[in-house]
Amino acid sequence: MSTAGEQDADLSLQEEHESKTHRTKRRDGDRQKKKRRNERRKGGTRAGEGEEDLQAVSEKRERSKRKRAKSKQETSRRENNEEEEAQLTGGKGTKARKDIRNEKTRRMEKEEVREVDENVDKGKKKQGSTKKGEKKEDGGKQLVKEKARDIKKKKHKKAETSSEPETSEEDDDEEEDNDKDVVRPECLSPEELEKLKEAVDERKKLIQSLRGKPWPMKKKLVTLRESQEFVEKYEGALGKGKGRKLYAYKVLMTKKWMKFQRDFENFKTACIPWEMKIKEIESHFGSSVASYFIFLRWMYGINMILFGLTFGLVMVPEALMGRPYGSMPRKTVPRAEEASAMDFAVLWDFGGYAQYSVLFYGYYNNQRTVGWLKFRMPLSYFLVGVGTVAYSYMVVIRTMARNANESGVGDDNSFNFSWKMFTSWDYLIGNAETADNKFASITTSFKEAILEEQESHKDDNIHLTRFLRVLANFLVLCCLAGSGYLIYFVVRRSQKFALDGLENHTWWERNEVNMVMSLLGMFCPMLFDVISTLENYHPRVALQWQLGRIFALFLGNLYTFIIALMDEINLKRKEEKVVKFNITMWEASLYNGTVLENSTAPPVTIHPADVPRGPCWETMVGQEFVRLIISDTMTTYITLLIGDFLRAVLVRFLNYCWCWDLEAGFPSYSEFDVSGNVLGLIFNQGMIWMGSFYAPCLPALNVIRLHVSMYLQCWAVMCCNVPQERVFKASGSNNFYMAMLLVILFLSTLPAIYTIVSIPPSFDCGPFSGKNRMFDVIHETLESDFPPWFSKVFSYASNPGLVLPFILLMVLAIYYLQSTSKSYREANVELKKKLQMQNEENKRKNKRAALKAQMDLEEARKTAQEQQRNNNASVQDQEAYFEFDDSNTSQKPWGRGTSPLLLCCLQPFSPFQPQVTQLVG
Amino acid sequence: FCGLLLTTAKYNLKLKTSTWELRRVNFRKSRSQNISAHKRFTELLEKHEKEQIDARVPIGRIITLPELKSNPFKERICQVFSTSEQKDGSLTFEDFLDLLSAFSDSATLEIKSHYAFRIFDFDDDGTLDCADLEKLVNCLTGETNDAKLSSTEMKQLISNILEESDIDKDGTVNLSEFQHVISRSPDFVSSFKIVL
Repeated sequence: MSTAGEQDADLSLQEEHESKTHRTKRRDGDRQKKKRRNERRKGGTRAGEGEEDLQAVSEKRERSKRKRAKSKQETSRRENNEEEEAQLTGGKGTKARKDIRNEKTRRMEKEEVREVDENVDKGKKKQGSTKKGEKKEDGGKQLVKEKARDIKKKKHKKAETSSEPETSEEDDDEEEDNDKDVVRPECLSPEELEKLKEAVDERKKLIQSLRGKPWPMKKKLVTLRESQEFVEKYEGALGKGKGRKLYAYKVLMTKKWMKFQRDFENFKTACIPWEMKIKEIESHFGSSVASYFIFLRWMYGINMILFGLTFGLVMVPEALMGRPYGSMPRKTVPRAEEASAMDFAVLWDFGGYAQYSVLFYGYYNNQRTVGWLKFRMPLSYFLVGVGTVAYSYMVVIRTMARNANESGVGDDNSFNFSWKMFTSWDYLIGNAETADNKFASITTSFKEAILEEQESHKDDNIHLTRFLRVLANFLVLCCLAGSGYLIYFVVRRSQKFALDGLENHTWWERNEVNMVMSLLGMFCPMLFDVISTLENYHPRVALQWQLGRIFALFLGNLYTFIIALMDEINLKRKEEKVVKFNITMWEASLYNGTVLENSTAPPVTIHPADVPRGPCWETMVGQEFVRLIISDTMTTYITLLIGDFLRAVLVRFLNYCWCWDLEAGFPSYSEFDVSGNVLGLIFNQGMIWMGSFYAPCLPALNVIRLHVSMYLQCWAVMCCNVPQERVFKASGSNNFYMAMLLVILFLSTLPAIYTIVSIPPSFDCGPFSGKNRMFDVIHETLESDFPPWFSKVFSYASNPGLVLPFILLMVLAIYYLQSTSKSYREANVELKKKLQMQNEENKRKNKRAALKAQMDLEEARKTAQEQQRNNNASVQDQEAYFEFDDSNTSQKPWGRGTSPLLLCCLQPFSPFQPQVTQLVG
Repeated sequence: FCGLLLTTAKYNLKLKTSTWELRRVNFRKSRSQNISAHKRFTELLEKHEKEQIDARVPIGRIITLPELKSNPFKERICQVFSTSEQKDGSLTFEDFLDLLSAFSDSATLEIKSHYAFRIFDFDDDGTLDCADLEKLVNCLTGETNDAKLSSTEMKQLISNILEESDIDKDGTVNLSEFQHVISRSPDFVSSFKIVL
């Protein structure tokens, strides 16, 4: 600890040295003070190591005090001077204050250093050197200013300093008081407390921002421990009495809370499913393949929530509290089907017992409340159907917005080359093959970019390319139309088969629709791929065309399917009318028989299986969708097994006895087709959204499907796929997928909403039977479950006179927001331009300033030399002081009589140069 | 679970408990991640080095890690994160954790861009000048000769890059300019990652 004392003495001496030229009288007294202090400190250090920090604090405070005192002196002194100096004093005062703050931070660093080196000697050296270095700078700055001032007011010099010794005496006394004070926080003045608090807050901020600092671990650790210790030590000192305890308690609680949050965060990351699997894939195949799996996981999450909604609010209440199976006609398998209702083939088609269960719309009863909870079943059914769609919209749009935020102004092209250069390498790639592909793709992208830059377009035979492109689009259109017609034809044919009765037909004829759709989805993309080679597009553009075409194909297929379904619905409704008429006839005949015999006799009980019933088109729609999903899933899995796994096995093992290299040559291993898989996933989800109103089991099915395909595809990718030839970036496509999902969501809710709004529900099945429209359930609830004023308010609110202005307002708001965002973008561009201009301007200015400063410095040096020669005589009597000085500060270059200005001239690039020019000029 | 506790205890003995805590505080990496990192690190050490706490793994062994093996910047990464005084790119466990935390998911854009800048700054002079950029391009295009860009292409490329990102037009890209460019890039954060 004695080292600290010595250093302090050293430092203070340095300071004294700085000011020696105009404070000769003060020197002797000061030196005595220093000695005294030194001794005192040495005594204090024996007390123990623990006081070290406190001492350091006191040192610091002392120094800052002294500085402040000095600046005070100077201001008082300068008051006598000319008015020009007024500005300067202001600057000086703020400077001094700033210095105090600087010293605070600097001291922190010093403490860190001290902690690192447990070896005392080492620490001493380092500390000494750092302090000295800093002091040199600081002192140099001050010296320069003072010197400059000296040059100005040579004439006034002698008379000024008469009052100095007293003031300095006072200051020193104050300092001594402070030394004792620091140990007992109660005696601190409010100002000091404030300062301490500031320091503590600063430390806290440091702790928080530590993670964001690009320092090596060791430094971070040391700083962290340091600051934590400091905070712990002084935090308690801030409050007083009761408040102090409360404060300590608060601090403790915040600490506990932080710890809990951290643990919770860890727990949350541990709970993310499949994280390690995805990371493994990411490290082998790059981020684009991983983006598919992340998308899959996201989809799985959404489906989980949809499943929770339908399962918890619709299926379970109906199964537990609704009327049991067999109690009503709609809940019983009809007599004609009873024999085959348990056959696997029938169940696989979701007929038989599966059809008459909670899985489908038709099973639900239209009683207003079920069970002792008075659960509003039909209302719940309707709201869940609407809620799933609303939730999906919300989630998709929110994710899109977040993605857009993350990518910022993603599509601005101003850093095209730099991004290619700085961000194109995917650090996750850990596979040599992927790395090679990446090298190749980066090289081509560089070359392409250069070519594009060099000559924006150079078309060799524009007519041929145009012709080929038109031809290709024509062929694609033919394909699309053909596939559409095929599906339409198949669906119509299947209706005919259905009318005939399914039993007379083969398996193929029964499953024709789904098989044809799946096969088309499998082979048409290949056809498109072949066609797109005609077009000679840039690969990125070609990929977009390809995706667009597949999208169109899927969409066309889906819509043809829906149109065919609509036809079927209409057929069923005609059939329903006939059945309804028949039933009334049948009932009439039944009652005729009984009424005539005995009017008081109990009504005839007929087993519900024997009651004639309508076709229930809603269940039919649900069944179609479920079948479609099942067959789609099967095709996906089978293609995966055959196309990927079998191919990989064959290539791998036949390669030993084949005439050409199978692995490098034609069949090779398959690549993982990100875009195709994503499209499949999106369309699958579209079908779920469309069908889940009529088949509440769809989300559950989809959850199972996604779960299985997660594992299956992870395995298939790792075991039998090779990295892509064209490595894409993940981020660019993320929002592209989301946009497609949104489009599909919109397109799939359209038919569902159309059927809900415009087609009356079946008369004898489902929760809305007996109502004119499905949404009448809302009216009914409003009338019977809410007070009358509420329904009145609602009717007013739904009045077009109110709704239309509201819609108008929303449109206006959208318009306003869009225009503001546009203007912001423009402002951004404008600011960028300004920034560039400013930079250039600054550079020019700096150059000029530097030149001027150099000239001024030359001049100043000359005058300084002259002055030195004049002052040589007066310097003589300072020799004694210098001798003492040299024992401590032998390294100081200006230790003996060298003008500090000279030193500053030797360093032309020192940071305080501009200030010098200001002061001199 | 007991096994996990045991291993944790063992590692705690090896390194001081407090240090572990601090590290966890610092990087919000879960303990298990740290342990796995430590496991991977000790695999790289030789037998007699395993007892030492501050053993250094030379650069030659670090770059055999499968996560780094195919990375064209592996040497630079080691150099940047090494605290060794001989500048030989050898890493202690702490340096290794530093590396992982900079390349982790939770690192901020600022940290990532700072280290990326230092990785790209091949001559360690604090700016990316033409020579640095040229080396960078060569790293990105791979070692094979046919893939290399011709000198005119290289010139064109570098001048384009400087035109875009060198805001103050001094012929080099400095850290703030680099960060400005990087911060607008959509996929830097997602691709500047290494997962053990």
